[in-house]
Amino acid sequence: MKIRIKFAKSGVMKFIGHLDMMRYFQKAMRRADIDIKYSEGFSPHQIMSFAAPLGVGITSDGEYLDIEVNSTKTTEASIKNLNLAMVDGVEVLEYRQLPTDAKNAMSIVAAADYKIYIKEGYDNPYSIPEWQEKLNHFFYDRSEVLVTKKTKKSEKVMDLKQLVYDFQILEEANRPVFYLKVCTGSTDNLKPELVLLAFYEFLSLSYEEFAFQIHRVDVYAKKEGEGFVPLGDLGNDILTEIPAHQDK
Amino acid sequence: MSKKLALSDEILLTVDKPARYIGNELNMVKKDPESVEIRFCMCFPDVYEIGMSHLGMQILYDMFNKRDDVYCERVFSPWPDLHEIMKEKNIPLFALESQEPIKNFDFLGITIQYEMCYTNILQILDLAQIPFFAKDRNWDVPLVIGGGPCTYNPEPLADFFDLFYIGEGETQYDNLFALYKDCRKKGISRADFLHEASKIPGIYVPSLYEVTYKEDGTIKEMKPVYEDVPAKVEKQVVTNLTDATYPEKPIVPFIKATQDRVVLEIQRGCIRGCRFCQAGMIYRPNREKDIDVLKKHAYEMLKNTGHEEISLSSLSSSDYSHLEELVSFLIDNFKDKGVNISLPSLRIDAFSLDVMSKVQDIRKSSLTFAPEAGSQRLRNVINKGLTEDVILEGAGMAFEGGWQKVKLYFMLGLPTETAEDMRAIAELANKIAVRYYEIPKDQRNGKCQITISTSFFVPKPFTPFQWARMYDRDSYLGRAKVVNDAVKEQLNKKSIKYNWHEADVTVLEGIFARGDRKVGQALLKAYENGCIFDAWTEFFDNEKWIKTFQEIGMDTDFYTMRERPLTEIFPWDFINAGVTKDFLIRQWNTAQEEKVTPNCRMQCSGCGAMNYKGGVCFEDKN
Repeated sequence: MKIRIKFAKSGVMKFIGHLDMMRYFQKAMRRADIDIKYSEGFSPHQIMSFAAPLGVGITSDGEYLDIEVNSTKTTEASIKNLNLAMVDGVEVLEYRQLPTDAKNAMSIVAAADYKIYIKEGYDNPYSIPEWQEKLNHFFYDRSEVLVTKKTKKSEKVMDLKQLVYDFQILEEANRPVFYLKVCTGSTDNLKPELVLLAFYEFLSLSYEEFAFQIHRVDVYAKKEGEGFVPLGDLGNDILTEIPAHQDK
Repeated sequence: MSKKLALSDEILLTVDKPARYIGNELNMVKKDPESVEIRFCMCFPDVYEIGMSHLGMQILYDMFNKRDDVYCERVFSPWPDLHEIMKEKNIPLFALESQEPIKNFDFLGITIQYEMCYTNILQILDLAQIPFFAKDRNWDVPLVIGGGPCTYNPEPLADFFDLFYIGEGETQYDNLFALYKDCRKKGISRADFLHEASKIPGIYVPSLYEVTYKEDGTIKEMKPVYEDVPAKVEKQVVTNLTDATYPEKPIVPFIKATQDRVVLEIQRGCIRGCRFCQAGMIYRPNREKDIDVLKKHAYEMLKNTGHEEISLSSLSSSDYSHLEELVSFLIDNFKDKGVNISLPSLRIDAFSLDVMSKVQDIRKSSLTFAPEAGSQRLRNVINKGLTEDVILEGAGMAFEGGWQKVKLYFMLGLPTETAEDMRAIAELANKIAVRYYEIPKDQRNGKCQITISTSFFVPKPFTPFQWARMYDRDSYLGRAKVVNDAVKEQLNKKSIKYNWHEADVTVLEGIFARGDRKVGQALLKAYENGCIFDAWTEFFDNEKWIKTFQEIGMDTDFYTMRERPLTEIFPWDFINAGVTKDFLIRQWNTAQEEKVTPNCRMQCSGCGAMNYKGGVCFEDKN
């Protein structure tokens, strides 16, 4: 059966890259005694996939990975066991069973929410109302906002109006926080820092790479008629233990 | 939120692999530094991924932290990218756990595993902002203590260390810590503390020994400066390995360490007595761990780490008395749980092939033989019992079982080596290939692949070859060329691949392995000239070393090119390593006679290690 796990990544764990997080969870599954399924062959590996890789330096309250298991304890017991196997800075939040026909997380990711904080020690040039006004000039008052996404091989022009689903200035501890909901996934992946860079360039502000702490809030799939739903909402809590199928 | 890191986000997001510097790994020990009396920083002077693969460090880390009054933390060599930044911004080197500067600790313990990390030791001191020379240190900085195999000749490093611990760490640290606590409480001076510490068995305080030299540069005399300082430092040995402490919750790194698996130490020492092998001599006597304890450790460690692989650690696993039972236990209990079982240093025979066929993909895996020398004559000289018949029989069995890849390891530059011995390497590889092609075509799987690797022999202290001469770079490369040419002459040359090591590093390794105190100045000069991470081909710069030796006017041939007379006093003669000099001389002579010495189980050769009252010397005698 398929299980979707949601976890948060904070503190120093932001320096651990995606591939190392995968290795980390492979070992954590064994420590937590999750009855995970293995592939066949001489070097069997766990059946596990992550929804959307998180860049080094970014924290998150909404990371997802899918696994397949032979049997499972309840959601409550599994979360408890997994959290006993975690290090500081990684916390398992959800453990839910997916319908048999569910597609894996990676293939259905459609959007992600981010909060971007200006780090201490870096200038905040405007008040909150000023930021809001400038955001209107940059984003809401324009019919298209073109940016160039540079990769190693090519340059691609993208329209932020199509790929940014929400953009707001929030206030936390008297400081502005940029809130973004952006298109995420394998086809039109938009990194939040690219949006912020475009905003800063529009304002003729110098953009310093290390001035911002990016925090992912949640990751979403698009559901017919319902809009964006958090990936975790596609599963259900397990209330009673499910034993392994005898017939395999 | 989380604790403050020593390095800023800006730095950590700029350098390669920031995970090397943040700590927080699974099973990392967390203590309140204020609550302990001794802060110990354990250092492996190489990059994190190498250092975290070292078993000895995990053992001592666990052992120290079991004490409530000690907080043991870790530090590794910052990679050159971070090194630059720390120098530029004057950031003091910090321990991973507390992220606090190690210059404020009580002890800095450095494990010294290979000669080519010596400049990295100076890097650690430099970045930690601890004076290079022990004589320039006071209680404001930690006591710098060295341990590990290279301390069997600590003299090239003597000036940089306050103390060395000679032997296995499990035995004397409690005494050292007790003395330290007592001395600090009483406000005793650093010099007086070191004086007292030198009386603890196994502790060597270099500043308390005076070395005088003859005109030819060899040692005239080495003696303690005080009467109550022992003239001989006794190697420390754990008599009962079964009861020795073992880390059941080793740290699990986030980034892939070289040794990314559970390591189960099944025995220490080796019964074989290969004459080139320092480990085989200094870890005598061979001591096995009880199989029931090993089973328990295996279970606990896999559970506590979540590792997907377990490996047996020893110098010669095939000699472990209960190997079959242990391996069967591991396969039966863990194979189905996706745990891979890795078996290094196994003799190729019916048993090991059967085991390997269960735990590996035969098509992908290769057989490893370490004949070390190509001819039987030279194998007798080095006391490597492996015969050509045994190799061909093992390879034949393996080929018939479906294997087709073979790796062969040899050394060049061994004592008494002739061109004939070198060519025999290629000939042996050819004979193995011939054995493969004897299998009917329809029963084999295409070509076989035989890979020969040679390294250059470096004589080490406390081995029967400690008197042997070395050669220069061109001579080493000439030897590799003889092998290479001989490979090309073989009938099955297309099935044989030959790799050889660089020779520059070999010469340097030789200088440090048997160097004296005078070599220390070259180390410091080399570090000042920019030598660092010398064990890494991408950073090793032989030109800088040559320049260094020229600048200080050091004749390196003195250390490498001379065969030592039996009467010469070695820099390491002040250590009692268990094996007696008489035994080593006998072995050196037997080597010249091309005679093999039986292993410890067959017959005692009277090496001296029986004095430790344990291990193989007393098997079947209880």
